[in-house]
Amino acid sequence: MARPIRVLVAKPGLDGHDRGAKVIARALRDAGMEVIYTGLRQTPEQIVQAAIQEDVDVVALSILSGAHNHLLPKVVDLLKSEEVYDDMLVIGGGVIPDEDIQGLKESGLAGIFTPGTPTQVTIDFIKENLKREL
Amino acid sequence: MFEKGKLEQLKKSKSDWNEGKVEKTLSKFPERKQQFVTGSNEKVDRLYSPEEVGDLDYERDLGFPGEYPFTRGVQPTMYRGKFWTMRQYAGFATAEESNKRYKYLLEQGQTGLSVAFDLPTQIGYDSDHQLSEGEVGKVGVAIDSLKDMEILFDGIPLDKVSTSMTINAPASVLLAMYIAVGEKQGVSSDQLRGTIQNDILKEYIARGTYIFPTAPSMRLITDIFEFCSKDVPNWNTISISGYHIREAGSSAIQEVAFTLANGIAYVEAAVKAGLDVDTFAPRLSFFFNAHNDLLEEVAKFRAARRLWAKIMKERFDAKSPKSMQLKFHTQTGGSTLTAQQPENNIVRVAIQTLAAVLGGTQSLHTNSKDEALALPTEDSVRVALRTQQIVAHESGVAETIDPLAGSYYVESLTNSIEAGAMAYIEKIDLLGGAPEAIEKGYIQKEIMDSSYEYQKQVESNERIVVGMNKFQIKEEAPKGLLRVDPTVGELQKQKIRNIKAERNNTVVEEKLAKLKVAAEGTENLMPYIIDAVKEYATLGEICGVLREVFGEYQQSVIL
Amino acid sequence: MNLAEGLMNKDKRAAARLITMIESNDSEAISILSMLYKHTGRAHVIGITGPPGAGKSTLTDKLAKEIRKNGKTVGIIAVDPTSPFTGGSILGDRVRMTDLYTDSGVFIRSMGTRGHLGGLSKATLGAVKVLDIYGFDYIFIETVGVGQSEVDIVKAADTVLMVMVPGLGDDIQAIKAGIMEIGDLFAINKSDREGADRTKVEIEMMLDFNHSDWRPPVLQVVATENKGVDQLLEMLHKHRSYLENSGMLIKKRRKNSETEIIDLIQNSLMKRVIGDGNQLEIHKMAEAVALRQLDPYTASDKLIKKMINL
Repeated sequence: MARPIRVLVAKPGLDGHDRGAKVIARALRDAGMEVIYTGLRQTPEQIVQAAIQEDVDVVALSILSGAHNHLLPKVVDLLKSEEVYDDMLVIGGGVIPDEDIQGLKESGLAGIFTPGTPTQVTIDFIKENLKREL
Repeated sequence: MFEKGKLEQLKKSKSDWNEGKVEKTLSKFPERKQQFVTGSNEKVDRLYSPEEVGDLDYERDLGFPGEYPFTRGVQPTMYRGKFWTMRQYAGFATAEESNKRYKYLLEQGQTGLSVAFDLPTQIGYDSDHQLSEGEVGKVGVAIDSLKDMEILFDGIPLDKVSTSMTINAPASVLLAMYIAVGEKQGVSSDQLRGTIQNDILKEYIARGTYIFPTAPSMRLITDIFEFCSKDVPNWNTISISGYHIREAGSSAIQEVAFTLANGIAYVEAAVKAGLDVDTFAPRLSFFFNAHNDLLEEVAKFRAARRLWAKIMKERFDAKSPKSMQLKFHTQTGGSTLTAQQPENNIVRVAIQTLAAVLGGTQSLHTNSKDEALALPTEDSVRVALRTQQIVAHESGVAETIDPLAGSYYVESLTNSIEAGAMAYIEKIDLLGGAPEAIEKGYIQKEIMDSSYEYQKQVESNERIVVGMNKFQIKEEAPKGLLRVDPTVGELQKQKIRNIKAERNNTVVEEKLAKLKVAAEGTENLMPYIIDAVKEYATLGEICGVLREVFGEYQQSVIL
Repeated sequence: MNLAEGLMNKDKRAAARLITMIESNDSEAISILSMLYKHTGRAHVIGITGPPGAGKSTLTDKLAKEIRKNGKTVGIIAVDPTSPFTGGSILGDRVRMTDLYTDSGVFIRSMGTRGHLGGLSKATLGAVKVLDIYGFDYIFIETVGVGQSEVDIVKAADTVLMVMVPGLGDDIQAIKAGIMEIGDLFAINKSDREGADRTKVEIEMMLDFNHSDWRPPVLQVVATENKGVDQLLEMLHKHRSYLENSGMLIKKRRKNSETEIIDLIQNSLMKRVIGDGNQLEIHKMAEAVALRQLDPYTASDKLIKKMINL
C-alpha cells in the first residue's frame, strides 16, 4: 500500500481567519491524507523549516490578509534555496484577486484556490499534481 | 397566552389537517425535501401555530420595549425616535487616506465612524517590525503613534461623532491615543462617545489577533472598565462579539451562546476585581452577525436580548435596568458573500439589513458587494450604505416596534434559540467558564464542527448558494478592485523614524519604564499608557513592554 | 542526495526523507539504519505521555527551550492518531512549538499512528534511530495521549515522563492499573490550579506501592508560564544518571532490544506469510473454512509450513 500524502497546511501572515485552513485540513484528512497543521502567524522561514522536517508532499498556504503577493513567493523562494521545491507542490488559498493569480503562478505556486472552491477540487488537484511518488 | 381548552382543540384540528389535507396533497405532490432546516441546520416544521408557543406568557417572555426582559427592544420608542446608527467599518493604508474616507462617509450621511486597523496595529507591532512586512495598511489603517491618530481624526471634532474602533489586544493603547487626540482638540474625555471592541476571548476563539495570555488580557480589560466608568463615562468599553464566531462557521445558537458566555466571563472578572456590577455593565455592548435566514436571525437577536437580561438579573444580581439591556451593533455576514456574481451580494445584504432592523439593532454596518474579493471601493460602499437608507426610509419596517413579535414561527424560534444557547452556557459553566472552555478547545471544536458540516452541505448541493453551486455563469474577472498602495509600508517606516527623531526619547524611556513597573504590579494601567502615548511612545514599544511582562498567548488548536 | 552521508552530516532534509522511507518500510532506509546503527545509543530518549489536554506539547516546547539554553540539541517526534476509517490524520502538536521551527538545533517530526495501537506508530522506533544518528542530544517522543494503552513508550524511551493535570480525581484511579507503573517521572502541569496539591498526594500514594530503587519524583509545573520546567529537566538528568550508574540503562536497553528483535521477526514473518503472494491462497482457504470444509487451525498451519519450510 502506498503511503498517505503528507500536506503542510500553514497560515503565513498576520490574519487570524483560519476557517478556510481548518476546513481544508479536515477535508484533506477525510480524503486520507496526513495533514500537518502549523497554526497562525507563520513566517515564510518557519513554514519552510516545517515543510522540510515533515518532508511533506504538499505545502498549502492560506492567507486572507492581502499580503499574498509578498509572502507566498517568499515561501517558494526559500523552498528553492533549500533545494526542496522540486519535491513539493505549493498551493495557495484565500481572498486573492484574479488579477494576482497569474503572477503568483509564475512565481512558483502550482494552484490558487479562491473562496467558493469545493474542497474536492483542491483534493483532486493535489492528487493529480504531486511532484514525487508515494 | 392561550386557553388550555382551546389549545387542546387546536392540537386536534392541526393533526386532522396533517393527516387529512396534507397527507392527500403529499401523496400527489411530495414536498421539495425530506427535512427542512434553517440556515443554522435547525429543523423547521411545516406550520407553526399557537400549539408551538402554548406556554408563552406575554408579560413574562416579551414585555414592552425598554422594559425587562427587553425581548422587544431596549428603548421604548426604538426607530420611531431615531434610526439605528449607520456605521460603515472603514480604514485602509495610511491615516491620511482613511481620514479622507471618513470625511466622505460623514458627508454621505453616515452618523458614526468605525475604524478598521491593519493587522500589525491589531497585534501590537509597529510598521517597521519584521512581521509587519507586506501587511502594513492592508486590512485597515496603520497606527504607530499618536501622530497617526492625530492625522486620522484631523478636522473631525471628537465631541460631534461617535467612533467605534475594532481593536482588541492593544485596545488600551488606541483608547489612550483617542483620549489624547481629544485633549488636543479641546474635547475632554467625558465628552467622548464611542466603542472599543476590546473582546479578547473571541480573538482566542475565532479572530486570531491576540497578543497576551488570558489572565493579563482580562486584567487589561477590567482596567479599562474601571478607568472609563470614572473618566470616559460615555464610552462603550467592550463590544462582546459574536460576529467573528459566526464568521468562523458557528450556528446562530452557538453565536448567541458563546458570545454571552464570553460576556459572563468579563462580568465575572470585573466583579472579582472589585467593581460593582451596575457601574460598568451599562457600558457593555454586543456585536452580532446577520445572515440570510431572515426569520431565524430576527429570533436570534430577540433571544439574545432576553437571555442576557435574565443572566444579568438572576446570575449577577444587577439592579439597574441598563445593566440588563443587551445593546448591539450588527454587521451583515461577510462569509455569506460570494466571489461569484458579486452583484447578487447586494440582495443578500438587503435581506440581512432587514434581519438586523427587524431584530432591533442599535447600529449597523452593511458589507459591500465586492468584499469577497478585496477591500470595497467607494462606489460599492455607497450602495451598501444606501441599502440601509432604503430599509430605513422606504421599507416601512422601522415605523413600528418589533413587528414580527407574535408570529408563531418567530416566537417559537426565539424560544428554541434561547434554550439552545442556555444549554451551551451550562456546559461551559461545567467546564469552568469560557476562558477554560477555550483553552480546552471545546468552543473552537463546536464551531469547527458546524462549519465543516455547512461546507459539506454546500459541496453536496444539499444547500444552495446562488451563483456558487447553482445558477452559475461564465464570468470575467472583476476589475477596478481597490488596491492598497504598496509604498504604504515605507511611508509608515519613515514616519516612525521622524517621530523617534523629534520626540524626547529620555522621557519616553522613563514613561515606558514606569509602565513596566505598573504592569508587574496590580495598578490600573490606563493612566500609564496615556502618559506614554502622549510622549509619542509607539504602539509597538508599549505592547513590547507588556509582552515582556505578560508573555504571549499560545493558541489551542483542536481540529 | 546521499541519505546516509547527509544524515551523518546533520542534513535535516536527509533525516526527514529517511523517516518518510522508514514509515513506508523502505528497504534502502532499513539498510542505511542497519549500517549506521553503531552511531545510535548516545541520545537521552524521553517519552512524554499522559491524558489528552494535559499540555504535553507545551511542556515539550518548554523543555526543549530549556535544553537549548545549554546549547544542547533536541529532536522531537510527536505522534497523533490516524483515522481508522479514512487513513487520514491531522497532526497538530507542532502548533505549540512554533518558536522552535527555525532553531537549527531542533528537529520536529509529526507522525500518524497509521493503524498501529499502543500510542506510537510502527515507524517511531526507526525515526528515533534516525534522530539519534543525526546526533541530537535529547529525543522527545510525545505519544498519542488517549489513555490506557500507551505502554509502547516503555520500549522506545530511556525515561518516561507522565504528564498529569490537577483534578483528574477518579481518572487517576482508573488509569493507575498498567499506566502509572510506566512513569519514571511525574509532572503535574497547570499546577496553579485548584487541586494540584491533592493530585500530587494521590500520585505519591500510588507510588508507595513502588519498591524499586528509583522512586519516581512528582513535580508541579506550569508549562505555559515556564514554571518548574528547569527542575523538571534536572530530574530528567537525574534519572538518566541513575540509569547509567545502576546499570539499569544497559538492562533496559537489552530488554528493549529483545522486544524489538521479536517484533521485527514477527513483522517480517507476517509479511512473508500473508504478503501479496499468498493473498489468493488465503482467500481460498477462508472460503473453505467458512463452508466448514477446512478448519482455521489446519489452514494457518499449512501456510506457515509452506513459507518457512518447517
